[in-house]
Amino acid sequence: MQQRVSKKITTGELIGFVLLAAFAVFATFVSAKAWTPAYAFQTSIMAWTAAVCAFLVIRNYYNRPAELPPREIDGKPNYYLGPVRFLTVASIVWGLIGMSIGLYIALELAYPHLNFVHYINFGRLRPSHTNSVIFGFGGNILIGTSFYVVQRTSRARLAGYLSPWFIAVGYNLFLVLAISGYPLGITASKEYAEPEWYQKLLLTVVWVTYLFVFVGTLLRRAEPHIYVANWFYLSFILTIAVLHLFNSPTVPISPFSSKSYIVWSGVQDAMFEWWYGHNAVAFFLTVPFLAMMYYFVPKRANRPIYSYRLSIVHFWALIFIYIWAGPHHLIYTALPDWVQTLGMVFSIVLWMPSWGGMINGLMTLSGAWDKLRTDPVLRMMVVALAFYGMATFEGPVMAIKEVNALTHYTDWVIGHVHSGSLGWVAYISFGAIYCMVPWLWNRRELYSLKLVNWHFWISTMGIVVYISSMWVAGIMEGLMWRSYNKLGFLQYSFVDTVQAVHPLYVLRALGGAMFLTGVLIMVYNLWMTITVDELSLNQAGSPGAPALVPAE
Amino acid sequence: MSMNNTPHADHEVDSFTGVSTTGHTWDGIKELNNPLPRWWLWTFYICIVWAIGYCFAYPSIPLINGATTGFLGWHSRSAVVQSLTDLQKTRGALMETLASTPLDQIEQKPELLAFARAAGAAAFANNCAPCHGAGGQGSPGYPNLNANRWLWGGTLDDIYQTILHGARSGDPKGHQGSMPDFGKAGILTQPQIEQVANYVRSLSGLKTEAGADLGAGAKIFADNCSPCHGKDAKGNIKIGSANLTTKIWLYGSALKTIEAGVTNGHGGVMPYWGGRLDNTTIKALAVFVHTLGGGQ
Repeated sequence: MQQRVSKKITTGELIGFVLLAAFAVFATFVSAKAWTPAYAFQTSIMAWTAAVCAFLVIRNYYNRPAELPPREIDGKPNYYLGPVRFLTVASIVWGLIGMSIGLYIALELAYPHLNFVHYINFGRLRPSHTNSVIFGFGGNILIGTSFYVVQRTSRARLAGYLSPWFIAVGYNLFLVLAISGYPLGITASKEYAEPEWYQKLLLTVVWVTYLFVFVGTLLRRAEPHIYVANWFYLSFILTIAVLHLFNSPTVPISPFSSKSYIVWSGVQDAMFEWWYGHNAVAFFLTVPFLAMMYYFVPKRANRPIYSYRLSIVHFWALIFIYIWAGPHHLIYTALPDWVQTLGMVFSIVLWMPSWGGMINGLMTLSGAWDKLRTDPVLRMMVVALAFYGMATFEGPVMAIKEVNALTHYTDWVIGHVHSGSLGWVAYISFGAIYCMVPWLWNRRELYSLKLVNWHFWISTMGIVVYISSMWVAGIMEGLMWRSYNKLGFLQYSFVDTVQAVHPLYVLRALGGAMFLTGVLIMVYNLWMTITVDELSLNQAGSPGAPALVPAE
Repeated sequence: MSMNNTPHADHEVDSFTGVSTTGHTWDGIKELNNPLPRWWLWTFYICIVWAIGYCFAYPSIPLINGATTGFLGWHSRSAVVQSLTDLQKTRGALMETLASTPLDQIEQKPELLAFARAAGAAAFANNCAPCHGAGGQGSPGYPNLNANRWLWGGTLDDIYQTILHGARSGDPKGHQGSMPDFGKAGILTQPQIEQVANYVRSLSGLKTEAGADLGAGAKIFADNCSPCHGKDAKGNIKIGSANLTTKIWLYGSALKTIEAGVTNGHGGVMPYWGGRLDNTTIKALAVFVHTLGGGQ
């Protein structure tokens, strides 16, 4: 007897469709009344995306089986990997965009004639670069790996059916709007918080959904304890939400204009901005990448985590202390002295909690050090930890008032940020991507470890060239700006330092080009891994078998 | 699952290190039960102790009115005042002498002149070089300060006044006057502008276009330009009109450039520095520019 299960539209599908369709109509209306062509363009992107997604929700409803995908198949978790694959690809695409823009603006600094039209001048492209690499490349791989790691370490299917896709697509729509807005002149002019009010609102909705999906998955876990990587991911999701809310209360001048004004003013605004800005470094660029480290390093090395106690102590110390260190960005400014002092001392105290993660990562390799010779992926992650250790030592040193007097406003800051972002953030992400892509696409292994090796060496040399040229440039600038002749007058003008750093700017661009070359090798390698048939595993019964994918 | 209090001795021991695990496993990942590294813990403690000590030494704890001052009594504003006082000490008594010596007497005293030029050079590099060039060589629209030709006069006092009040700067005491837009205002036609531009080039012996009617150009010049630039075209420093008989050109000597100037006029701005730089620095700047090579 055949029992026909009647197909019912879920509440989520219904609400999703209605909200998306309504939003498409609303955004079209705003677009028609927009004050500027740039805002009309941006709102029409939103309208089109909402309309297409509304269509996809309905199409998926008609095409899907009556039952939604089960949480378990034969007692094994039925992992939800479609959104993870989407986020992984998105991460790589944004990485390529952001790093290419980075190379171009590095060349603009060395050769100012490249600023030939206002859309692509340095001031407009620089936030496009930082947002593409931090929020595009970094953000996508963070959300992607968090969805992967939380499922595997909780032995539970990701919570939600459409909501993980809403997060993946919504987050990338936010990125498209923000990053295409800067060349068009749409910016809130707050560093690393440049998106305008409507872009920030979109991010808020996406981020709250992200929190619910992540916590929902944790609540479903089949493991008695929450794995340390998930504490790190959770603190990232929660804290970024809080930072974003406090640094973003802006008042739009009209719903039909992209322009808004922040409610904070003066030094309060500066303090909120750098409390946010520094903790973007902390809770976006450090904490969740440590989460990545805590999963992929022991997995790849096949060794236990060195110390459970260290992971607990350094986690709580790190998140408690990091949140106070923001004022070190405003040393010798209008900020009251006592705030500057606290920012500085918390930065020093932060040194060891930061290093706790490095120690735990590196010591996890004891018993597996020989693998560094044969496995360039593991080597990449170990070098990432080394750069992490270096940057988290350099940071506290630069936060010391007397050192800051030399380094502030110089290219040393740029070098410091890039030793952290290229050496640590990008390398640990590359390691995770190299591990995860064969797992996600059911491949036996990577297409070529030899190419990983090439990627490793070219990019590593690129990082070294980049940061050493910026160290030299920064120290030179700092010394030239403060040098007096014997009569007590400034020895150099600003223009003198601009001339002096030119060769170092050229070298920096070369370092960036080398790093990008390595990434291009990675993209080719991953493309071949996904497309070459011989690497495919038999998909039947695999726990990683793709679940229903509504849109990609 | 509820056996978390089990002694660790019962847990699996890692064969390589001989350390027991915590008994948890996540997707195959286990944790060793290693203690905190001693050096790590002690360095952490030392940092905390140092931080507390530093907070006693410097302003750190917010109170209802203001904050604790710290036992060193350090304060960022007074630190700046101290640095500036130290700088004045380095500069020594010559700074006082420079301030009190009348402008026209500075160049007579060799030691004071050298000091004023050093002060002027530093101020010039940070304030003037962006327009006038690092060596005062100028660029199109920004006068060369090395040549012995001056729009607003090249005596020490003229230079001092120009720096103090600027030109078309919004300072009512600044130099006013600008070159009118003869073309845009419809005073001269395009052929007339071409004729007068050719005539202007001929004044300094530059080549003119074949067939250019220099006579007509001279007539147009006499009717329209000579009131400001003078019958002899040598300009007038009182109104800042350029001397057109030298080969020094503010905007360029190309025929098209001159035609554009006659058509659209000129009115470049030199900012006023009074109130932005102190008077001693402005005196030093005047001496520096005056002694660049073109002073009168």
